[in-house]
Amino acid sequence: MRAPGGSEVAVGDVLLSVESVSLSFGGVNAVSDVSFDIRKGEIRAIIGPNGAGKTSMLNVINGFYQPQQGRITFKGETRTKMRPYEAARGGIARTFQNVALFRGMTALDNIMAGRSLKMTKGFVWQLLRYGPAMAEEVAHRRRVEEIIDFLKIQEIRRTPVGRLPYGLQKRVELGRALAMEPELLLLDEPMAGMNMEEKEDMSRFVLDVNDHYGTTIALIEHDMGVVMDLSDRVVVLDHGIKIADGTPDEVKNNQAVIEAYLGVAH
Amino acid sequence: MHLLYMIFIDPFVQMGSAPDLLAQTLWEGLVGGMLYALIALGFVLIFKASGVFNFAQGIMVVFAALTFVGLNDVGLNAFLALGLTIVVMFGLAFAIERSVLRPLVNQPDIILFMATFGITYFLIGFGEFVFGGDPKVMETENLFLPKGSVTYHTLGGIVQLQKLDVAAVIVASVMVAGLAVFFSKTRIGRALRAVADSHSAALSVGISLEQIWVIVWFAAGLVALVTGIFWGARSDVSFALEIIALKALPVLILGGFTSIPGAIVGGLIIGVGEKLGEFYWGPLVGGGTDAWFAYVIALVFLLFRPQGLFGERIIERV
Repeated sequence: MRAPGGSEVAVGDVLLSVESVSLSFGGVNAVSDVSFDIRKGEIRAIIGPNGAGKTSMLNVINGFYQPQQGRITFKGETRTKMRPYEAARGGIARTFQNVALFRGMTALDNIMAGRSLKMTKGFVWQLLRYGPAMAEEVAHRRRVEEIIDFLKIQEIRRTPVGRLPYGLQKRVELGRALAMEPELLLLDEPMAGMNMEEKEDMSRFVLDVNDHYGTTIALIEHDMGVVMDLSDRVVVLDHGIKIADGTPDEVKNNQAVIEAYLGVAH
Repeated sequence: MHLLYMIFIDPFVQMGSAPDLLAQTLWEGLVGGMLYALIALGFVLIFKASGVFNFAQGIMVVFAALTFVGLNDVGLNAFLALGLTIVVMFGLAFAIERSVLRPLVNQPDIILFMATFGITYFLIGFGEFVFGGDPKVMETENLFLPKGSVTYHTLGGIVQLQKLDVAAVIVASVMVAGLAVFFSKTRIGRALRAVADSHSAALSVGISLEQIWVIVWFAAGLVALVTGIFWGARSDVSFALEIIALKALPVLILGGFTSIPGAIVGGLIIGVGEKLGEFYWGPLVGGGTDAWFAYVIALVFLLFRPQGLFGERIIERV
């Protein structure tokens, strides 16, 4: 199923570009005049110290926040305002910094919820739970089981996610985003609060998703080792301003980045 | 001593010596409880999806019943009137979403709560404007609902069941079962529970909050219509019915604000408890217990289970 609007983007071309976006909350600038792009098929990292505006940037991309200025072009379509619902329909999925799962539901139902947009059978059929709605339910369940296998969470399928340990919750959340079959996957600190082993697992999954499904990924991460290993290109924000943009090696040696992270004597 | 005997012993002696009266009281309690449960169910649906305590649920019952009776009185066939009322309830859900919920999105819950007061008074005024303020009679036989009663000679006496009450229990059970399956097994049901758990996560997977809100308010409207028809048939349809919404409060306290089974069980407990209290303990205080007994039951429950029967356990992280 193709997402509505927009055209296909070839691997390596710009999938999403952010042009001089500014966002402020009652006089506090969260993001000021930031521009960068994300190319199809790459893993793009957004890094920066606390309060740099990384999550705000992600929220702008998936429509949670409406920037006061600037434009966003996704799959060749330029817009200034978009709602989360439209972003999701367009093929943008995301995870959250503090895991936002549907806590009362099982892992399976959480991931099934990710298929909401792909399931189209009407209200009445669903009320009857019969005919086309049943067939649809079965077909989507099959896809979800594939994702469950992919993420190796078969055993916890039926567990209410509120009871799962943090690392597994993060994995279920990734599964829910994958169930949307997104073109662009936004990961907000996918490895925050994890131990070394969990981080390695999650890194593996991120690479596999990129490789296996060809999904373009933009991720926010604090662990520099992880960022350097995973990402193709890195954009660095500090106090809402973009201070560097390039390959991990370029960014690592950039003076402004070193100062932002280590502080600088005035 | 005599008082203690009257409170703790005598009622149970009476229950044992006249089991037919006990059965009759229990049955009436169950029927009343089923209707309380339906009202509470309307609250739970909306509370789950939007975190709003919908004060207007009571007036929605009245409004649905009035619309149905009004359309029937104009001479429409009862089933056509029923269908049209359902359309009106959908329109109401749609209008509330557009004009109240959407502009107030992301506001604190208390603001939305106050907004439901606004909806209540709007519906009272609008209802009186369209249908007039006089009480109306609910003609249920046009809907092929049975009339009269059946009498069983059993338990050493007689137990009399109103056929309408039997129908109410059946219809309510079917509706509750249908809603339960709908909300646990279908995409829209999943979306509803998703919205209940986390607004932002629901938005991120492309669930439209607006659509879900219309659906739950519509579902609450349907529940209100069924409640209104059966409750209206027992007394008559007037704005005084609106206060039955307050009877839903003890039910919700008992059942928890987020649990559909809780609403049902809570409703039945309150209904049965109220009738038993009225019949066996009421004479001790000179009757009139039905106005307050339900709240006492809820209060006693609160002392032991503040989260309600089925409410999610409150775990405070320090």
